[in-house]
Formats: sequence, structure tokens, C-alpha cells
Amino acid sequence: MIYATLIEPFVEYGFMRRALIACLALALGGGPIGTFLVLRRMSLMGDAMSHAILPGAAIGFLVAGLSIWGMSVGGLVAGLAVVLLAALISRATALREDASLAGFYLISLALGVLIVSVRGSNIDLLHVLFGTILSVTDDALILVASIASVTLVALAVIYRPLVIESFDPAFLRATTGGGAAWHVVFLVLVVVNLVAGFQALGTLMAVGLMMLPAAAARFWAGAVWSLCALSTALAFLSGFAGLLVSYNFSLPSGPSIILTAGILYLGSIVLGTRDSLRTRYFPRAHFHD
Amino acid sequence: MRPFALPVPAIRVEDLTVAYERVPAVHHLSGSFAPGSLTAVVGPNGAGKSTLLKAIAGLIPPSEGRIDTGAGARGGIAYLPQLAEIDRSFPISVIDAVSLGLWREIGLFRRLTAGHTERARAALAAVGLDGFEMRQVGSLSAGQLQRALFARLMLQDAGIVLLDEPFAAVDERTSADLMQLVARWHGEGRTVIAVLHDLERVRGSFPQTLLLAREPVAWGETETVLTPDNLHRARYISDGWSDAA
Repeated sequence: MIYATLIEPFVEYGFMRRALIACLALALGGGPIGTFLVLRRMSLMGDAMSHAILPGAAIGFLVAGLSIWGMSVGGLVAGLAVVLLAALISRATALREDASLAGFYLISLALGVLIVSVRGSNIDLLHVLFGTILSVTDDALILVASIASVTLVALAVIYRPLVIESFDPAFLRATTGGGAAWHVVFLVLVVVNLVAGFQALGTLMAVGLMMLPAAAARFWAGAVWSLCALSTALAFLSGFAGLLVSYNFSLPSGPSIILTAGILYLGSIVLGTRDSLRTRYFPRAHFHD
Repeated sequence: MRPFALPVPAIRVEDLTVAYERVPAVHHLSGSFAPGSLTAVVGPNGAGKSTLLKAIAGLIPPSEGRIDTGAGARGGIAYLPQLAEIDRSFPISVIDAVSLGLWREIGLFRRLTAGHTERARAALAAVGLDGFEMRQVGSLSAGQLQRALFARLMLQDAGIVLLDEPFAAVDERTSADLMQLVARWHGEGRTVIAVLHDLERVRGSFPQTLLLAREPVAWGETETVLTPDNLHRARYISDGWSDAA
């Protein structure tokens, strides 16, 4: 019974195995990236960037058809253009980065919807918005796995300055004279991981597997490394459980995965060991000496 | 007391103006901080005290004029920002936060050796935070956090130390303890510049004072600077700027 519910679908069907591996790769890259987005108070910027990717993916689709590479390159170019323009504008003018990003991503999103509705059918739009994790191809798997690998190596390289810049930005600038460079490298990693995610989950859902586990982890872990590890684990668990829910109840896979992550998030808010509702309203006795 | 190992250069300021959106925060300041001097920067709110420290630390560029900290500041510059600029909810342990002071030795990639950790522990002990190593920064009181940041300054081992309101929001005992550290750095021959509000403390502990009201009102020996006349003039100039702006 347990075997039939939890294991058999992955043994029986190749598409389920591929989907699971895609989730693993997304979790490995997205977990740490999401953690840093939460720590740097940029949770909603991930959402904005995921929308910014849309017109690039749409143009890639129009030029190359339903090709992983065309859509990925398009999405990457559009995402990077929006992120770098926003960073540049916020440094050259008085506009804060979140405001300039909001401006550019809205332009980008409208452009994307326009392109898709003029040239494509609604089916195509749904594909870009919601992804197709159950029909992940070899190419897509290689792409997603490569992005996860590059992300982990890049994060290892910029880990220390990124932590310092999040905790005490003035210290990093005063000590090394830098700061902005690490921020830009990080933004590029965010875009790259969103591009990986939209192959499988679509632009709307990709950011969910990045942010929900990271936000949930905040209620359990108290150090940057353990937050990264836990949010990766929660993201993979969401992928695993979400795929099973989708398989057993014939529900769309992307939303099933994100809703599973959402349930873990809500559960963490209530039950977590750190600053959760439980610790707030049913505190354990404090120390007396 | 061990003297600081490297020769500390003077900090020379020539006709310095730093402006935000063309409104000057520091206006035509010239003068120099002698090597090994201990200077308090005082003045009304909005007088450009923090701006001056940031400019010396290289955090904001001068609009006009120049600052010479001497050949890239041999021995480096250590800068303590106001407490408000630190993200206290960030999940980092006290020992890790303090170890950031070793940045010039460990940089991006080198690992912390046992010797480094030992020095970080010793610095924590010196500021009275024995046994706080594994506590989260967020669980510290304002005074304890300021002590930890002073431990980080100790590890930075810099020839020039800039302190922005180091004793704001900490109690009398903490500020007395931290003042002892400042006096020790001064004794070791480091140049120390601190933004302060407590004129009693300035009179008691700081030989040099710069009284700032965007433009310099007076700069020199503390007792010749902190006269009723000068203090009145600083308030007057500062009010004039606020009315004009």
C-alpha cells in the first residue's frame, strides 16, 4: 500500500522519474537562492523577476518553437536585461531598486502577454505560465541540472561577501570598497534559477518553489547554512509529495507542488521551533539562571 | 601597552564639501587629524558629523575638495557605523560576526584557523562577552551588540578607527567600558575619531575636538573648542541652514 502510493509511480513511469529529478535539481539551486532572497528582504523581487522573464520566453518560443534552448535563452536575456537595468537606474537616480524593478518588470510582463496573444494560442501561454514538469525532456533535465551545479559553485564563491553584505553592508563597503558587484552576481543567479524553474513549473510557479521553502525554513533553522540546507530539503519534499498528489488525484502537477510547499509553509508558521505561533502563544518556561 | 606596529599617517582634509542632492552636509572643511590623535566630532543634528566619517571611510565621494588618508591608509581604516545600519535579525552567531574583523587576513576564501578563533574569543573576553560566542546576534541587547562590534574593531587592528555615535543607546557602564578600549587604542598610537553627543565625556576623555555645523566652527584642543560662544555659534549656523533649506 505504502509502496504503491509513494514509490511505485516513480518506478513504473519514466516521466515521473524525470519530474522528480527535475525537482531535485530545482531544490538544490533554488533552496539557497530563496534563503538569501528572504534574508535580504527581497522576497517579492523574485516574483517580479519571474514575470520579467515572460517576453523573452515568448519571443524564444516564436523564433524557435517549443524548444528548451530558445525559450531559455530568451528568458535569460529578458530577465538579465530587466534586473541589470533596474540595478543601474537605482544607482544612477534616486529611485530605489524595488521601485525601478517594479517599473521594468511590468513593462516586460505586458510585452510578454502582448507577444503571446498576438502570435500564439492560449495553449502556448498556459505552457509558459504553468510549465510542463510531467513532460520534461532530456535537454531540459540537462539544463536544469547544469544551472543547479553552476549555482552551487557560484554561491560557494560569493558566500562570505554575500553574508556580510546582507548582515552589515556598510562594513563590507568600508573594508573592501566593493559591495555592488556581489549583489549583481546574486541577481544574475536569481534570474538563472528562475529560468531553470520555468521549464518545469512555468514562470508563475517557479518562484513558489524558491520562496515558500525558504520562508518556511526561517521557523526552524537559525544559521545561514542550515537555512539553505533545510529549504533545499523542504523544496525537494514539496516536489516529491506534490508529484504524488498530482499523480494519484489527476491534478495539474505545477500547482500541486507549489500548494504542497504552501502547506509546509503554513505548518511551519504554526508549529516551527523559532518564533512560530506555537512558541509565541504556548512558550516553554524561560530560564531562571 | 603595545604600540601599533605600523606608522599611522595623518588624515588631511582639504576644502571638503559633501552634498546630498546639492545640499551640502559638510561644507568647506579643511584641516588635519594628526597621527595618533584622539578627536571627538560634535555638533547639532544634521551638522554633517556622520557624513564626514563616511567620507573619510570612503563610503561616499566628496562633492568638492579631497581627503588624504595617506597611501591607502597603512594599517587600514576601521569604521563603526551607527547601530541602526546593521540587520539585527540576520541569523549569525556572535563569534562569526566578530570574526568578520579578520577580513584583511582571511579575505574571500581562506579558512579561519584555530589561531584566528582564539583571537576572536580573546577579543570577546576583552569586551566582557565571555561565553557569548554561540549566541545569535539578534538575541543581544543594544549594549551587548555594541560590545561585540568593538571586539570586531579590535580584530581589524587598524591604524585609523572611526566611531559613529559609539555610545548612543548603551548604558553608562557599557559606555565606560568601551571608552576604556578607545583610550587603549589611543595609547597604542592609533588615530581615533568619534562622533559624540555627550559633551561631558568629550571634555573628560578627548584631547581634540572638531565642532561641526556643516561648516567647521572650531577645531583644536577640546577646552578651546567647547566654549559657550562656539557652541552657541554652532547652533546658530545650523539653524540658519535648516531655515534656508
